[in-house]
Amino acid sequence: MNGAATPKIAVRGVEKSFGAKRVLDGVDIDCAAGESLVIIGGSGTGKSVLVKCILGLLRPEAGSIRIDGMETVGLGGAARAALMHKFGMLFQGGALFDSLRVWENVAFGLIQGRGMERGKARTIAIEKLAAVGLGPEVGMLRPAQLSGGMQKRVALARAIAAEPEIIFFDEPTTGLDPIMADVINRLIVKCVRELGATAISITHDMTSAKKIADRIAMLHQGRIVWHGPTADIDHSGNPFVDQFVHGRADGPIQMEVRAA
Amino acid sequence: MITFLASVGAIFLAFLAATGRLFLFAARAILAGLTPPYYPRLVLREIVNIGYFSLPVVGLTALFTGMVLALQSYSGFSRFNAESAIATVVVLSMTRELGPVIAGLMVAGRVGAAMAAEIGTMRVTDQIDALATLSTDPLRYLVLPRLVAGLLTLPALVLVADVIGVFGGYLVSTYKLGFEPVAYLTHTRQFLETMDVVDGLIKAAVFGFIVALMGCYHGYNSRGGAEGVGQSTTYAVVSASILILVFDYLLTAALFD
Ligand SMILES: Nc1ncnc2c1ncn2[C@@H]1O[C@H](COP(=O)(O)OP(=O)(O)OP(=O)(O)O)[C@@H](O)[C@H]1O
Ligand SMILES: [Mg+2]
Repeated sequence: MNGAATPKIAVRGVEKSFGAKRVLDGVDIDCAAGESLVIIGGSGTGKSVLVKCILGLLRPEAGSIRIDGMETVGLGGAARAALMHKFGMLFQGGALFDSLRVWENVAFGLIQGRGMERGKARTIAIEKLAAVGLGPEVGMLRPAQLSGGMQKRVALARAIAAEPEIIFFDEPTTGLDPIMADVINRLIVKCVRELGATAISITHDMTSAKKIADRIAMLHQGRIVWHGPTADIDHSGNPFVDQFVHGRADGPIQMEVRAA
Repeated sequence: MITFLASVGAIFLAFLAATGRLFLFAARAILAGLTPPYYPRLVLREIVNIGYFSLPVVGLTALFTGMVLALQSYSGFSRFNAESAIATVVVLSMTRELGPVIAGLMVAGRVGAAMAAEIGTMRVTDQIDALATLSTDPLRYLVLPRLVAGLLTLPALVLVADVIGVFGGYLVSTYKLGFEPVAYLTHTRQFLETMDVVDGLIKAAVFGFIVALMGCYHGYNSRGGAEGVGQSTTYAVVSASILILVFDYLLTAALFD
């Protein structure tokens, strides 16, 4: 394997179950360095679980996950901690620390994770908050005092604060108004283009997906059923993708809804 | 018969597995404390939480325990004309037994539950995962400071409880039972040895550790939303209370023979 061809992230045959429920059933996906990959798929298909497996927060039962060519499944201790420095993650629910102020949340990775001095970290936190459209006065509030959309933006600021190499965005625009959603889309694109980060985003929002993705992959029933360049999404020739993109209730994807 | 044995075996195995997981959890948290970074500010915050805010509850229960001890032993000892023994009974029961146990149980209800609820909420809202992605070990950041604070704070709390309990006994003995105050205090000092107090404080340290460990362990392993957090809160209090009584017996047997 030569250096240039090594994908930033290589996922092979990853399987993950919860009890009897098989959520991931042999996922294969690659993401090149500096690429923005978007994962789409129905609710509950395991998109968040896949990202947590890549981050090492969940341990898959089978398969391999390589970051920069290094196997990471089963990695622990200091090696895992070092790897975490490469990652930034926006959690679906925000996952802000409610015992800390907003700016302390954003600066957390800088202060605790990297040992930066508080004053300096605070300046960076205020900058990052500005980048997501929040003023410095918001920095002094507690997460519980913010609206849902504001919490999401703070979580986004926290994910990018340490300028990580690989950033995961779990539904970055859900719960935002269309204008703010576009601001966030641009911010994600900027992270990838200007900082050279590799990004994996999860979204249901096709407008957002088209704006931020270089490549799109679709997860269905525990596997990647289609992946390709963003330009191909509207004529993928894949019935699952077609149904998802056009948002039709009829098609190969059967939602588990029981008639009343 | 076979199914009966099988189910007894299964329960026993589950018990062993749970004990193993608990030991592993505690060991990992303690091992994390051997290397930096340390979080002294978090330890301090927990000490204030456990110690200072538990003072009213522990003080009140200790006061009434001391009072009732004096009253009860009077109704027993008066028949043998041994009123002077009351002072000794109160001070020895408080320092060796009731001070640590009552403070432990009260703190289990107040602090153990709060720890489980806080850490449990952090678990089900992904905050613990978020800590890990921000290069911070959750065991080091969340669990270890609480274990240390529990271990250090409960002895201090018990010392206060001992004093208040003895004072409660003194109040009842002098005002209600009509004893001579100076004589009562002399009797209190007479048979009390330093080791009685010290052994009580050792018990307290163990109980403090148990309360914090149960709160953190059940909180950390919460799952399934608000209901799951509620359940782990209950588990934390119940298991800490039972373990306090079990270890009270074991420590009494070990320390006072
Ligand atoms: N910790 C867990 N314990 C048990 N089951 C889980 C756990 N996490 C996820 N699951 C299950 O795994 C499945 C996939 O969950 P996941 O959160 O990955 O869905 P998703 O694709 O992100 O959906 P959404 O778009 O709604 O966020 C769900 O059916 C869920 O019930
Ligand atoms: Mg999800």
